[in-house]
Amino acid sequence: MTTPRVARRRAGDNPALLGLVGILAFAALLEVLPRAGVLPAEYLPPTSRIVSALLDEFGRGSFWQAVGGTITTWLLGLVIAVVAGIVLGIVIGSVPALRLATASTVEFLRPIPSVALLPLAVVLFSAPIRSILLLVVYASFWPVLIQVLHGVTDIDPVARETALSYRLDRWRRARYLVWPTTLPYVMTGIRLAASVALVLTITGELLIGGTKGIGERIAVAQSSITVPSMYALIVVSGLIGVLANVATRRAERLVLAWHPAVRREFPL
Amino acid sequence: MSRALGRAGLLLGLPVILLVTWWFASAGSKSFYQPPLETIIKVFPATWTAARFRSDVLPSLGRLFLGYGLAVLLGIVLGVLIGAHRRLRALVEPLLEFLRAIPPPVLVPILILVAGLGDPTKVLVIVSGGIWPVLLNTVEGVRGVDQVLADTCRTYRICGWLRMRTFILRAASPQIVVGARQALSISIIMMVIGELLGATNGLGYTVVQFQRGFEIPEMWSGVFVLGLLGVLLSLAFTLVERRVLSWYHGVRAAERSGR
Repeated sequence: MTTPRVARRRAGDNPALLGLVGILAFAALLEVLPRAGVLPAEYLPPTSRIVSALLDEFGRGSFWQAVGGTITTWLLGLVIAVVAGIVLGIVIGSVPALRLATASTVEFLRPIPSVALLPLAVVLFSAPIRSILLLVVYASFWPVLIQVLHGVTDIDPVARETALSYRLDRWRRARYLVWPTTLPYVMTGIRLAASVALVLTITGELLIGGTKGIGERIAVAQSSITVPSMYALIVVSGLIGVLANVATRRAERLVLAWHPAVRREFPL
Repeated sequence: MSRALGRAGLLLGLPVILLVTWWFASAGSKSFYQPPLETIIKVFPATWTAARFRSDVLPSLGRLFLGYGLAVLLGIVLGVLIGAHRRLRALVEPLLEFLRAIPPPVLVPILILVAGLGDPTKVLVIVSGGIWPVLLNTVEGVRGVDQVLADTCRTYRICGWLRMRTFILRAASPQIVVGARQALSISIIMMVIGELLGATNGLGYTVVQFQRGFEIPEMWSGVFVLGLLGVLLSLAFTLVERRVLSWYHGVRAAERSGR
């Protein structure tokens, strides 16, 4: 166990610093290659032009409205999917007969690609936000459900028997036995669902349009061939994704601060 | 015998109930957008003919397999490289974190700009979405190889391709398979998206043509086909996984019973 630490000290490098160097090198490469004519500059603008387009976007009110719109749709869809996934997962998971009866249906519905529903979503709802929400909820519901189903079966037999010996009633068992066991799985499910939901939100905005959002602005930038601002918006979508990942990881650590796995990982 | 019947009942019960409910609930449907299930099933054979299969389904599948294969291959190669070199990993990790967070569909407009509307673009679209889960899982798998086994390999001077094949790839394979499974469902999604945004044939293109032409029962049947494709490929993957990882499941089962 001690060898890696020694190796790291000898190398004298800092992972955070190296990571920064990596990003800067990537940016520099994308600056140099189009300018040198290796890549076509009209389709792959140099980094500096993307950055200035990004700064232009930051100054526009409509840009921030789009960011707000994307985040609202994303959170709305995520909350619906998570609540539905937890409730159904706990109900189905705690009743063995229900679990067996639904297994084949879940296995059949889950692999259906969410964008296959896109044409349906478009014709079924006249309001674009509803079509997008249908896609988002459908795609992000499954990871939550599957994780909760796994979590409910993971209850420690000794803990279960202890709870029964103490004659905890149904509600108390759910509160003190099922929920703490399931919570880590729920958080994993939410983490997976959050990134899926964001992808589907932006995809829906891009393909369906009609709502204020980053995806819709990308579609507009594409059709008006303002290439640098298209790249700038794509960078923004990536940044929102990174923020979403960081936020869900933080939330996971916060909610599970009592959990042995988290406690072991971050000694205080 | 009655046991098998019970199992079959559990397996098929709910799907049958759902379909029957749908059949009767939609039977008298006058809604233009929600045709009766009967109509959808009736138009199915006429819509998905052998000719349609050749002109739309096969090209889609070809692009899907090519793109998916490339994504898995590239993901494993890059993942092994990055996972095996600690400094390289530190160098590219934040960058990968950012690139992975970009929703793959937004790259489609760029790829169309750069590579045009042909087949290469559609394959690239699939690769751009499918590579991430394989790459990241391979990095994790290679990073997590057993230290004792690594030392054993060094002691026996097992190196080069033999070490790669019998140790690194083998040890990382459960993780790689997890990544490949995620990549498969993403690849199907990217295949459809690539065909929605500018194509002249393919499954996604056909379904959207039906939608734009207001041929609603045909559109529903197309959604069925896409759903079936997802389900069948996921089944096929499970079969392959069981073969490839039979040793791993065996080890896990032995560990569990040993405890």
